[in-house]
This record gives sequence, structure tokens and C-alpha cells, in this order.
Amino acid sequence: MLCRVNAWAQVSNNSLAENKTPFTVSSPANVTDTSDYKLRKIHVDEVDFVSSYYNQNGDHSAVTGGIGTEAVTDVANSLTLNLVWLNKAQNKNTLAVGLGFDYHTAASQAFVSKTGASSPTGTRIYPSVDWTVENDKKGNTFGLGAYYSGEFNYQSLGANLHFSQKTTDKNGEFSAKLQGYFDKVTLIYPSEFEPASTTDFNGNGNGYGDGGSHHNYGSSPRTTLSASFSYSQMINSRLQIMLLGDVVTQHGFLSLPFHRVYFNNGKDTIERLPSSRFKLPVGARLNYFLGDNIIIRTYYRYYADNWGIRSNTAGIEVPYKITPFFSISPFYRYYNQSASKYFAPYEEHAPTEEYFTSNYEYAKFESSFYGVGFRLAPPNGVFGWQGLHELEIRYGHYTQTTDLASNVVSISLGFK
Amino acid sequence: MIKRLVNVTMCLALLLSVSSCVHLKEYQKSRLNDSEMVLGNRKVEKNELNFESYREAASGANAGKTGGGCGCN
Repeated sequence: MLCRVNAWAQVSNNSLAENKTPFTVSSPANVTDTSDYKLRKIHVDEVDFVSSYYNQNGDHSAVTGGIGTEAVTDVANSLTLNLVWLNKAQNKNTLAVGLGFDYHTAASQAFVSKTGASSPTGTRIYPSVDWTVENDKKGNTFGLGAYYSGEFNYQSLGANLHFSQKTTDKNGEFSAKLQGYFDKVTLIYPSEFEPASTTDFNGNGNGYGDGGSHHNYGSSPRTTLSASFSYSQMINSRLQIMLLGDVVTQHGFLSLPFHRVYFNNGKDTIERLPSSRFKLPVGARLNYFLGDNIIIRTYYRYYADNWGIRSNTAGIEVPYKITPFFSISPFYRYYNQSASKYFAPYEEHAPTEEYFTSNYEYAKFESSFYGVGFRLAPPNGVFGWQGLHELEIRYGHYTQTTDLASNVVSISLGFK
Repeated sequence: MIKRLVNVTMCLALLLSVSSCVHLKEYQKSRLNDSEMVLGNRKVEKNELNFESYREAASGANAGKTGGGCGCN
């Protein structure tokens, strides 16, 4: 009986159109066209919330010329709403709408003012939107995105276009993404270098972070254009790899106006870097499912740019599935870089140099980042709450050979 | 620099070629489709990638952002 009902269900629409009697126990009373049964209205597919607490300590702040405290705390929160619908061609459309909000305290920020009177706190807000349409039959996706980030001293407006195509056997996929960021660097100088025209109406000096409504800072543009490519391939039922590469070019004001540099004659000035930069990172990921419980996730990247920096990054993470829905993931990441040709420590630059920075981001160093993550995704919801389908918590400790050290703890919640 | 990039690219190409790719049926992809096997960053890593890109000179080739935001403190 069930087989016969099933057989009727599998008869094509053509047989109905030709008014042939389907092979069935009994014909349905009303035959309706259900060919567009998949057409779904827009609905919320998933909501993701990520929150992190970060703190760091170090002794090479760029604000004070490569010496002085680098103490920072930062709380970052972001919420992403994924809306999904099918269009008339039965292609899946996804609209990801995101909003992020950060709050930080940075001890060195107070020393934008020579006396340490500037505000050490700040906020950043960053909304984003991304639309993707997926053609399952052709195995391709196409999408557009837009992004904004605003903080007291920096505004960024971004747009992107992305495309991917699966191979015929659907075991491989090529992706490409073009991105453009059109930023504005607010020209906030250390108080001793601040032009008189930017002081407030009361004649006071630099008021970094104090709201800025009564200052008339200028700004300078910074443009970043990038093309990102990747190719992923399933090698066998346990192994898959991905090759990645970006081509990035930056133009405009690439230094920061409140970073001091102290020359070897004892005088100070502000950081000066070239107005263009070309970056070329290439990388690979390799993931292997070992046995039934262990996954090995690896990553490697080689990076080069025309400021003289060469870098290697290698990472490994080994999720161990204690149950099919609960895993624990220790991880380790090693990083090294050579110094930029424009970097020198405190009081080591000569005044005759064309470009100079004492920002330790451009110094030679190695870093290690290690920690552990926990992931919980039971089928009946986390803690039995059906709406919360995934919970991830991760802690990491980061150290640099420049003596900078930091801790970060993050939580990610996925709601359906 | 170009020589090193060529070496890295050749190593990656070699990795691809020595691994005999098998045509996998959908039912053979259960392990590859496991959420821990995703060839990308975890959602929970989002802010880690931000601080790494602010504290280190290298960035990119990790499916993350390549610009935007200052992070200059």
C-alpha cells in the first residue's frame, strides 16, 4: 500500500497534464499544482551573537614613541541576523545584517596629550549588510556587501562583491572576493604638535576622546583595495584542503598622526610612513578527520609587503569530540615577522630619514597564541533550550617577544 | 620575495597533486560536512582575528577583513 502511494507521488507533473490516470489506489479528489511549494517568504534562519573580553599589557606604546604602557582592555560585541528566502527561480537568498559595538580603555591614549589628560576610553560601532544568492543547480553563489565602522578618530566605509563556483563533481570550490575600504583618518596630533586651528573654543589643547564636537580636526583619506581568492578541494572522505591568496593595495594616509617618534638627537616628531603599501599574503588550510573523535585543523600563511615585512603564521587546532555534540579544542598559533625598513625603537631614528615609526607592530618579533575552546551543539538545544542550537566558549593567551602579553575570552551563541 | 612565493606555491601545488583526489558521493561526505571540519574561521574567533591584525603587521589570506577599523590603541 505504502509503495503504491509512493509510486503515485513520484509520477511526473507531465502525466497529470496529459490527463493520464496515475498509478494509484485512488485518485486524489483535487489535484493542485504544487510546483512552487518551495517558494518561502523571508524568515530569520539564524541569529549569531559573539562577545569578547580582551586585555593586554606591554611597554612599547607608539603614542609615546615606543616606550610607555600599552595597557588596553576591550569589550567587543556583535550580533548578526541571517534572513533567508527562496526566490521564484528557487534560489536561496541570504541577507546577513550585522551590528557590532566595542568599548575600550587604552592607557596610552591619555598621552596623546603630553600631560596625560586625554580621555583613555573610546567606542566603535560597526554595522554591516551582506546579500548572497545561491544557485544550487549551477553550484554557484554571488553576493554583495557593505560595511561601516565609526570611532572617534577613524571612519571606514567598505563594499565588497563575492562569487563562488563549485566544480562539476561538487568536491571543489573556487571563490573570489573584491573589497574596497574608503577610510578617513582624523588628524589628531599629540598636543605639542597640534595646530592652533584645532584647539577648542576655550583655547585648550588636544581633547582626544572627549567628544570632539568643539574641535575642528581635519581628516585624511586612506583607501584599501583587495582581491581575495581561494580554492577548496575534498581529497578523500577524511581530508580537505584550501588554498588562499590576497592581493592588497593601500593608498593615502597610512601612518597615525598621534604616534610619536623620538630621534637620536632627543627631539620628537610624529610618525611618517609612505602613502602606499602593497601586501601579498598566501595561505593554506588542511583539515583531517582522524578516527571517529579527533579532527586536526591546520593553517599556514606566508606574507610579504613592500615595507620590508616578511612573515610566517602556522596554526593547529585539535577538536576532540567527547560526544557527537560536545567538543573540546586546544589550539596553538605561532607567528613571526621581520621588521619593516621604516621601524626603529625609541631614540634610534636619525632626523635625516625620510620615513620613520616606532610602532612595534612593525618591529621584528615572534608571537605565540594558545588556549582552548569548548563547543556545545546538542540536537535538542543547549541546556534543553531549543532556540539556542550552538554555544562556543574560547580562551586564549597571547605573548610577543616584545613583552606584549594579552588574554582574550570569547563566547559565541547561535540561535535558530 | 618572489622566489619564496614561488616555493610556497609549488609546495601547495605538490600537496594537491600527490593527494589523489577521490570522487566522493554525498553519503561519503559525512565527516567532511562535520561543523568542526569547516575550512574557515570559527564564529567565536572573530574578535581574535581583529586583535591579531592590529598587533601584527601581517594580515589577510584567512578569509577575514583586509581593511577598515583603526584598532590603534
